[in-house]
Formats: sequence, C-alpha cells, structure tokens
Amino acid sequence: MMSRPGDSELQDLYRELLLDYSSSASHKGLIKGAELHSHGINPVCGDEIELTLNTKAGAIDRLRYEGHGCVISQASCAMMAESLEGLSVEKARSLASAFKEMMLSKASLESLPAELEIVRALEGVRRFPMRVKCATLAWNTLLQMLAGPKGHAAEFQEVEG
Amino acid sequence: MGGLMDLEGIRADFPILKRLVHGKPLIYLDNAATTQKPRSVIDALSRFYENHNANIHRGVHTLSDEATQLVEEARAKTAAFIGASKPQTIVFTRNATEAINLIAYAWGRKFLGPQDEVLLTEMEHHSNLVPWQMLSREKGVRLRFVPMTADGRLDVEAAGRIITPKTKLVAFTAASNVLGSLTPVEKITALARANGALSLVDASQWAPHRPMSVSAWNCDFLAFSSHKMLGPTGIGVLYGREELLDAMDPFMGGGDMISRVFLERFTPNVLPHKFEAGTPSIADAVSFGAALDYLTCVGLSRIAAHEESLTRRALELFKAEPGVQVYGPQDTSERGGVISFNIEGVHAHDVGTAFDLEGIAIRAGHHCCQPLMMRLKVPGTARASFYLYNTLEEVEALVAALRKTRDFFLRRAAPVG
Repeated sequence: MMSRPGDSELQDLYRELLLDYSSSASHKGLIKGAELHSHGINPVCGDEIELTLNTKAGAIDRLRYEGHGCVISQASCAMMAESLEGLSVEKARSLASAFKEMMLSKASLESLPAELEIVRALEGVRRFPMRVKCATLAWNTLLQMLAGPKGHAAEFQEVEG
Repeated sequence: MGGLMDLEGIRADFPILKRLVHGKPLIYLDNAATTQKPRSVIDALSRFYENHNANIHRGVHTLSDEATQLVEEARAKTAAFIGASKPQTIVFTRNATEAINLIAYAWGRKFLGPQDEVLLTEMEHHSNLVPWQMLSREKGVRLRFVPMTADGRLDVEAAGRIITPKTKLVAFTAASNVLGSLTPVEKITALARANGALSLVDASQWAPHRPMSVSAWNCDFLAFSSHKMLGPTGIGVLYGREELLDAMDPFMGGGDMISRVFLERFTPNVLPHKFEAGTPSIADAVSFGAALDYLTCVGLSRIAAHEESLTRRALELFKAEPGVQVYGPQDTSERGGVISFNIEGVHAHDVGTAFDLEGIAIRAGHHCCQPLMMRLKVPGTARASFYLYNTLEEVEALVAALRKTRDFFLRRAAPVG
C-alpha cells in the first residue's frame, strides 16, 4: 500500500479503509422496483444518499445506494451496505441504532458488535463533532426506511445544530 | 494607496492570533464569515460593563447618561465611517440580516403591492433573498434577478435590460461573499434612480475592507454588520435616507420606539429610535465604536491595498496548481479578498477538515448562497477570505495545505505504476 503524505491526524481520520470504501462501487446502483426506498439529505452540506433494499424471509437480501458527498458520508454508506446485507431486518435496525449511539458517545468503536467490524474505521470521525452527521447520514436514512411501510419512499433530513 | 501597514504591530493587537489549533499556529482565513477582535474592542466591552453599565435613554442617573452618550457617540462614528451626514439616519439592528428584514417589513409591506417588482441578483446571500421572498408571498411583489457573467461579475448591462418602470427597489450586494466580485455600486444606484426605483446596498463584505461613502454611492438604504469588521456580534447597521425612514412605519413595537403610549394606541418616536424597540445591545454598540476607531486609525485604503496584495499572490499560486478550480473574477481590480475554490475530486468539507488539521480556518459549504451554488453547478466550495491581519506567509501556508490535501486524497486516483 502506498504511503500518503500528511500527518498522523489526517491519516487517523481518513484511514486507508475509509478512502477505499468512499470510492468503492460494490454496492452502488439502485434496485429497480425495490421493496423499500429512501432518500436522505444533509442540507448543511448538501450530502445525499439514496437507498434501495429488498428483503427475503425477513432478512436484507440486497442493499444498494447512490449518493454524493464527502469521503466520510460515502464511505460510511458503503460500509453500512456491506455490513448489513444478509442480516435480519431486526438485527440491522439494532446495529444501526448501536452505531449511531457509539458515534455520539465517548465509548470506543472497538466495542461495536463483530458484524460492524469494518465500520470501526470511522473511529477518528468522533474527534470532529461537526463531521459526525456525515457518518450517520446513511444510517439515519436506513432507519427511516425501515420504520416505514413497504413501497413507501421515506425521506430523511438532518437538522442543523 | 496608503503607506505600508505595521503588520506585526497589528497582529500583536489580536490576542486570538497567538493560539494554536491542532498544535499549529492559527491561520484565520474565515473573515468573510466573521472577523477576530483587537484588544481595544475586547477592552471596550469590559470597560463598559465595569464602569458605565446602565440602560439608556430614560434614566436620570449618571450611569444611564454615560451609557446613552457612549451609544450615541458610536452612532455618530458609524455615520462618519460611511459618509452619512446625520447620525439619526443610522439605525442599530442585531445584524445586516435584521437591517434588510427591517426594510422589507417596514418599507416593503407599506409601499409595495402586486404591481411592483423588486430587482435582486443571482449573487445574493440568503439574507438579501429570503426577506424579499417572504414579502413576495405576502404582498404578491414580483422578484426579478440580475444574472452574473460567466466569470462571476454582476452583469450590469443585463440589469439595464431587466429593470422596468415597475421596479420599485434594486437590492444588491456590493461585494460577493462567495466570489469576492465587486459591484460597480454607483452604476447600479444610478440605474435604479433613472428608473424611479430606490436602492438597497448590502455592504456586509465591502464596508470592512475598503473605503465607501453613502453620498458617493448615492444609495437609499445600506446594511452591514459589526462582527465582520472587528466589532462584536449582536450589532448591525441600517442606513436610510431620512425622508424614507420618516415615511416608514415602525418595525417592532415596544419600549424606546414610542413617543407616547395610551392603552389603545401609540405615537412613534423620532429617528432613529422609532426603529430601535426594546433595550439594544448597548455594550456591543459601544465597542463597535472602538472597532471603527481601529479601522479608521489603520486606514481603509491601506487595508484594501494589503488585501489586494494577498489576493493577487493567492490567485497566482492557485492558478499554478493543477486540479484546482478557482471561482470569480481573476483581476484583483474587480474582486476583494474572498477566494472560493474546489480541489477536483475532493469534497469541500473534506478540504475544510484537512485544512483545520493544519491550523487553517477556512469555510466549506454553500456560504448561505444556495442559488449561486446551483448557478456554479457545485454542491459547495471551500473559501478562504483575508483581512488586515493576514500575511503573505499565511497565503503560502494556504497553498501548501492545498497541495498536501490534494496529494493526500488524490494520490490513489493516479495510475499506480
């Protein structure tokens, strides 16, 4: 792996894994006629995430997204899609809540459940309180989607402050 | 152009410039958002609270008299600073936003209707858009917009084509908070006058940085904010021609804005108190006076010349950097010290965070100009903005951070060989 210029703080926030995921195409694209669909936006910076999801026997069969925004918002979404595919909807919901809680707390992301192992790369974001919403946008959009009925297009909007 | 400034002496007047951010000396380049405060302004605040604190205008005791005089002195200084001959044409508000809302409410609601047009520009800050949108919704006033040229200047010729006899007000920024572009203010106010319209100049990004005068500009209304020119937050300025302010109804009702009050009616106070309901931000008004003293002492022409040299250097260096897009006019005679840019392939918020880690404070986002961002077809920009205490070394550090950020985020984009 190539070394990057910049000091350790920059590398701690923008870990290699984060940069890889922010440009990853593996869960990109939208599912046509998806069971669940939601759109999330952070009006403060204009970051957007569109999620589509199909279930199979109570589990997340496919989770695909499109979005644009900063490295943190896009990497977080890609990591979320990879981590949650295959899990039960209930499990996904509880993991999303756990992730949000961790991002807002002082506790180390090391204690996140094993299913969210890759998400631990977002650890450095918590030292930048004004960037935490970038990391939680995808997860809030997912929770909003899972709370709504099938076939309903959910909307999530971050609020300032 | 004035003589050289004592930059070291100026920097020593700003206590905050000594602090470290992420272990590095603070390089403060977010001056278009708000500016830092010199010792004299900070001292004026505490001196007021330690020696003169009282409510103004109605007290018969010594402190109230002193506080009243200090606020009125600050008003007189403000009038002199913008070349207004009468202090009563200066209304203290909370900020420039409130000043513009005051005009939209107290003048717009009284005098405008569905047959009338207000001419704005594509470059306006939300504070000079939304109050007019609210007026339009309530009174049916039609809003029209002067476009900007491809290089981000106000299209004065287009303004001449768009203005009509229905235009009752032309409200525009003197200097863009995103592109730095300077508006030929006299041309626009003359155009307004020739078409029977009034003019409102948003001078928030001009008044702190270069000389101006309302008599030379021949404008009818003018708004700006203290905190963008070394003063405290909580104080803004509205200037209006006396006969126009007289003809307007009050903005907010309450104490101080009245002459007599009966149970069911009131008569309004004289100018400027008619528009200053309730206890104002007294200490902030007084220390705003200290900020104006500081700027006057350094000299606005010198400040403008200094910022121009920083801007010229920054534009030169930015232009030489591959993968960097700079917005707005390239000629420093047509722009102030605000530089909006993007590093291709890197989101402005990631740029802002990377610069913060270098101790460099810049702004990233839509800068309260979402329509302008749509026009530029970008979700946001990074923005560096200069003031009198910034140095050429800081400009060099800005460009070094730019290179480092680009290399950090984009190295992977280059083919690995």
